[in-house]
Amino acid sequence: MDKIIEIKNLSKSFGDKKVLEDINLYIRRGEFITLLGPSGCGKTTLLRMIAGFLQPDEGSILMDGKELAGVPPHERPLNTVFQRYALFPHLDVYDNIAFGLKLKKVPEEEIEKRVRRVLKLVAMSDYEDRDVETLSGGQQQRIAIARAIVNQPKVLLLDEPLAALDLKMRKDMQIELKEMHKKLGITFIYVTHDQEEALTLSDTVVVLNEGRIQQIGTPVDIYNEPVNCFVADFIGESNILKGRMIRDRRVAFIKHEFDCVDEGFGEDVKVDVVVRPEDIYFTTDPAKCQFKAKVNSCIFKGVHYEMWVDTDTGYELMIQDYDPYPVGSEVMLYIDPDDIQVMKKERLCNTLYGTVKDAETVTLLDADFPLKSGFEPGTEVKVEIPFEAVDLMDNLDDGIIDGEVHFILYMGDHYHLTIKTDDGDFLWVDTNDIWDKGDLVGIRLNPENSKKEIKITKKDEQAQ
Amino acid sequence: MSKRSNWSIPYAIFLVFFVVLPLVLVMVYAFQDSQGHFTLGNLAKFFTDKDALSTFAVSIEVALENTALCILLGYPAAWILANKQYNKSAVTIVLFIMPMWINALMRTLATAQLFTMLGITLGKGTLLFGMVYDYLPFMIYPIYNVLAKMDKSYAEAAVDLGATPWTAFWKVTVPLSMPGVTSGILMVFMPTVSTFAISEFLTNNKIKLFGTIIQENINSSMWNYGAALAFVMLIIIGITTLFDKDKEQLEGGLI
Repeated sequence: MDKIIEIKNLSKSFGDKKVLEDINLYIRRGEFITLLGPSGCGKTTLLRMIAGFLQPDEGSILMDGKELAGVPPHERPLNTVFQRYALFPHLDVYDNIAFGLKLKKVPEEEIEKRVRRVLKLVAMSDYEDRDVETLSGGQQQRIAIARAIVNQPKVLLLDEPLAALDLKMRKDMQIELKEMHKKLGITFIYVTHDQEEALTLSDTVVVLNEGRIQQIGTPVDIYNEPVNCFVADFIGESNILKGRMIRDRRVAFIKHEFDCVDEGFGEDVKVDVVVRPEDIYFTTDPAKCQFKAKVNSCIFKGVHYEMWVDTDTGYELMIQDYDPYPVGSEVMLYIDPDDIQVMKKERLCNTLYGTVKDAETVTLLDADFPLKSGFEPGTEVKVEIPFEAVDLMDNLDDGIIDGEVHFILYMGDHYHLTIKTDDGDFLWVDTNDIWDKGDLVGIRLNPENSKKEIKITKKDEQAQ
Repeated sequence: MSKRSNWSIPYAIFLVFFVVLPLVLVMVYAFQDSQGHFTLGNLAKFFTDKDALSTFAVSIEVALENTALCILLGYPAAWILANKQYNKSAVTIVLFIMPMWINALMRTLATAQLFTMLGITLGKGTLLFGMVYDYLPFMIYPIYNVLAKMDKSYAEAAVDLGATPWTAFWKVTVPLSMPGVTSGILMVFMPTVSTFAISEFLTNNKIKLFGTIIQENINSSMWNYGAALAFVMLIIIGITTLFDKDKEQLEGGLI
């Protein structure tokens, strides 16, 4: 395989904050690859390291097999299209585009020819003498692309280039970018937080979150076979549910059993299940019906209707269908085995390490939690806390430690929240209460909420 | 009487009495002889008075030199202050600005004392030193303001397109920071033309500046000639502000 860029074990921190952790990635020559993730996931940092504006703490970036670390940005054979274009306001369109060529001492006639050619490519001929500040956002965008590709880079880096444009223009530019990529035949590395854009444009999508690669694949793979809840939730709409693999090709969720195509999870293993809303079908044939539900809301979305249904077993599911079903009606539903995506559970409970303070207290996350461990004070322990046993309080003073709601997943009958504590640790919570992303919460433990107990074991016993 | 525009009345009154009226008086005195008759004699006197003209030339020369020195010293200082890599706290900026909190006369007197103590003869060199010392913050601050607000991606884009950091600085950062430099020039050049205290203290009146002659004339009750000289200076200052006609560019310049 022809790899143009190879990234190995790349890590980067800003102060105490790890922005990228152990990134391994290769980029094929000529492909359109997208780094996709929510803001703060490290995608721009990764792009800036490839461009050379940031140096990695660990790991290496190879281009055509050669280490890039010591190469300053102005000597790297790649060019960047910046987020806010960064066109030089003191130069006109022509001089902006010619900037790179003039530095390379390309002869004047050659510069003129090449500038004309790229202006034609971005459909901006006749704009040569215009002041860049008189151009619209879309036009500035085109000039920024022209300024980069006129230097004939091996790789073009694009940092959310369409983020500042309105929806209609963004869609048009997407198509044009895709065509430009085809015409130029160079490698595009594209950064965006817009999942639809990523799916539309890319040959390969790299999903990033919290500084780690979640999944690498074609847009179809990423959409149809997300590897975890984050990817499933981030890409498109989805019903994410708790499930249990009964045996190969048989999975239980929403208190029903379904045939599926997944194998190799083992028998009676807890899993997460993703079903896309367009993959739940209505039927009138009782033989086909797998479960019944009652329509609870129905909203017209343009192409399809979006319906929320309550299943006979008490779960809420989202369904998209071309035909509406009246609110309150009883419907029969089925899901194709192909359309059930089974994922390995990332964790079954919160696992924390701490020390026993006294008979009634254990120190965890630098705070004292009232837990009866039965061990001597000073013993290092591992504490396994079920998701349900973590209690979130409106009032920060009621909690033992404070945190912020970081990520929310609706699991059909409850919410699965990721809480980031003030110290940057993560806790996962199952709750029926409705929280919003960014809410500040007090955190304490409430073992009565959970069917499972909080398990405390000696740390070194675990190690053996 | 509750219209908001009425709130501006006190300011308008202030402007009329303390800005417009004095300027009109300068004009009136400049074109009158001591008997109060209209004359162009005061201006004619200036343009035929060799001493006055040479003082004027020296003033302009000193002001130009001072401005040039302030740019040479102030620009790098402003660049370092605006660069987070080198300047991690706001305290250093305050340290640069702090001399402005102390009365310029006090600073100048202290500087003169220092030179005398060190046995350095007062003259052109000490004059320029004192001027740069007094006016440098006025150059640093507007340039710092423009540089600190400038989008870092301009310089990055230049480097990305193949410019060395040095070329990127000259081809992108410097041209884009010109509004700050223009503001700085206005704030340094104009007051140095009219200064008199610094030259008095730091050269023991060996070097006379234009401001000194105005002051001397006014002090010896030659109001009309003094006013005419002040009028000439106003014209000069008016001309320098013309360099700055592109008002939009000044955005983010001064404050």
